[in-house]
Amino acid sequence: MGLENLLLGFSIAVTPFNLFVAVVGITLGTIIGVLPGLGGANGVAILLPLTFTMPPTSAIILLTSLYWGALFGGAITSILFNIPGEPWSVATTFDGYPLARQGKGGQALTAAFTSSFIGALFSIVLITLFAPLLAEIALKFGPPEFFAIQLLTFSSFVGLGGGNPLKSLVSILLGFILAAVGLDIVTGQLRMTFGVTDLMKGFDFIVAVIGLFGIGEIMLSVEEGLTFRGAATGMNLKVVLETWKILPRYARTFVRGSFIGFWMGFKPGGATPASFMSYAFAKRFSKHPERFGHGELEGVVAPETAAHAAGVAAMLPMITLGIPGSPTAAVMLGGLIIWGLQPGPLLFTEKPDFVWGLIASMYTGNVIGVIMVLAGVPLFAAILKVPFAILTPLIVVVCAVGAYAVHSSMIDVWYMLIFGVVGYVFKKLDYPLAPLVLALVLGDLAENALRQSLIMSQGSLTVFFTRPIACVITLAALFFLFMPVLTPWWRRLRGVPPAPSAPAEG
Amino acid sequence: MTRTADLVTAGVLLVIGLIVVGDSLRLGAGWGSDGPMSGFFPFWLGAILILVTLAIAAQAWRRGPGKPFVTREQLRPVMQVLWPAVAMVVLTGGVTLGGMTMLPGLGLYVASALYLAFYMRSVGRHRWLTVAVLSVGIPVITFLVFETWFLVPMPKGPLEAWLGY
Repeated sequence: MGLENLLLGFSIAVTPFNLFVAVVGITLGTIIGVLPGLGGANGVAILLPLTFTMPPTSAIILLTSLYWGALFGGAITSILFNIPGEPWSVATTFDGYPLARQGKGGQALTAAFTSSFIGALFSIVLITLFAPLLAEIALKFGPPEFFAIQLLTFSSFVGLGGGNPLKSLVSILLGFILAAVGLDIVTGQLRMTFGVTDLMKGFDFIVAVIGLFGIGEIMLSVEEGLTFRGAATGMNLKVVLETWKILPRYARTFVRGSFIGFWMGFKPGGATPASFMSYAFAKRFSKHPERFGHGELEGVVAPETAAHAAGVAAMLPMITLGIPGSPTAAVMLGGLIIWGLQPGPLLFTEKPDFVWGLIASMYTGNVIGVIMVLAGVPLFAAILKVPFAILTPLIVVVCAVGAYAVHSSMIDVWYMLIFGVVGYVFKKLDYPLAPLVLALVLGDLAENALRQSLIMSQGSLTVFFTRPIACVITLAALFFLFMPVLTPWWRRLRGVPPAPSAPAEG
Repeated sequence: MTRTADLVTAGVLLVIGLIVVGDSLRLGAGWGSDGPMSGFFPFWLGAILILVTLAIAAQAWRRGPGKPFVTREQLRPVMQVLWPAVAMVVLTGGVTLGGMTMLPGLGLYVASALYLAFYMRSVGRHRWLTVAVLSVGIPVITFLVFETWFLVPMPKGPLEAWLGY
């Protein structure tokens, strides 16, 4: 185990075809990250049908590369256009856009890409080391442990997601309810179909992702009136090299951001709070906190390092436990099932070539990615010069194509439109969308784990407390679930005024 | 007003919760001969949903009306995206009423070409040449990528049939 597995992975990831796939994925991903209304989750969902005929390893490399590209692309719009493409790029705009306005866009972009790369690399190394161990532990898990982990996943959305905890809870419940619609495989009974044949198949989460994130997002962006007033890129080799000379000064920020990112990131909804937390820490420990918000390079380094470390860390529970840490990872998990793989700890023993190929491709993908975005910024930024009256219908058409392709079914395109409207209303009312998607993906797994656990204990909920591992996880889950109730109480006890809530989503 | 929107959304979710609880009770939400029955999990989901939406409604009620949920100027561009998109989906699949084809489906490629052209011309006021090139070019590229390269079929209509696909 260890090194030779990684070498096996590299022998798979570094074939001409898979490198080509990575380049294609990163290019498309960066474009998707730059475009409004097409985030990582959505882009992966739309491309998923195209991978059905590919070998699974190449398919996952395409989708993960797309994800890295989208993470990089988000930085371009945040810095040059002051539009955070993803919620975790919000903190990057604080100092990135002022820098670009001062003509230091090239410096800010170089810093952002380099930080992303370092944050990602840190998480990938940790995944390489810990994933096999975690998978080994997870092999001993029974249904109560798995249900407890699911509980932890969703309660951390409620406790850590920011925003209104009740609304997070509604999103989760709605996701689970939508997942339950259709045939119940265990008993063979139809649930909540009311005699409508189209409802028997249930709701596919890929269609939900495309509708909620794609159509909903595009409706929000036209509502705000799309005006792209971009700053000049000012990117050339000299700027890159000069920025690289300055960056070692921020070594502490890199390390802090990487740790925060990884720690927050392997729990769901972690990337956004991680980026804000890293920014806040950098400001607090800086000698010049007053410069933050007016174009301080460290203010770009901190959130980008953490966001990328978190984005990569979200893959850890996906490959080891079969429980995705983010909507994008959730879509990839759906891909795994479609390609005929069983997500979960068994992957490490049964499909080592797939798992290690994936892990090795994280290294190659990020190396290729950082080089490509550094060289290609002007090209990618030029995409936003395309008038919005062309981009908007194009994105809608791409979403419709993607939604239809999942099951070759027209009803899915209608669901996509409905989910689009729901996404628009939910986003405006601060209902987070990520937990809804995750609940829709994990619904059947969670229900089965709960059923099997209850059968083991003849219907008693104590099964989640009598087994040591399940008990620890369940208690942690309950702690997060009731954190929104406990925090104000704890603060009052210590005489601290209540904190303003962090932005939702993640 | 945001409060109204919040209350309406909570109301809709409450109704969903009631429907879920109702259907779960029909299926049986208790303990069957071989473990939890079909309605067990949805019953609790629905029940908690009802409680939480009531709490959200109470919160919204106390908070006051808030900002307008959406202004007329904001809604206009949103509807300009939404209604033509609905029309595109209708044109793609056609309309069938009681087994009778009222409107034959044009297929996704033709419908998306019409949608692209309509939006670019009516909202963007782009030149006819730009509109024509893009609204034909984009579906053709989509066709080549999906239909011929990746072999993922899209809904097709009379035009594709005439071309021999």
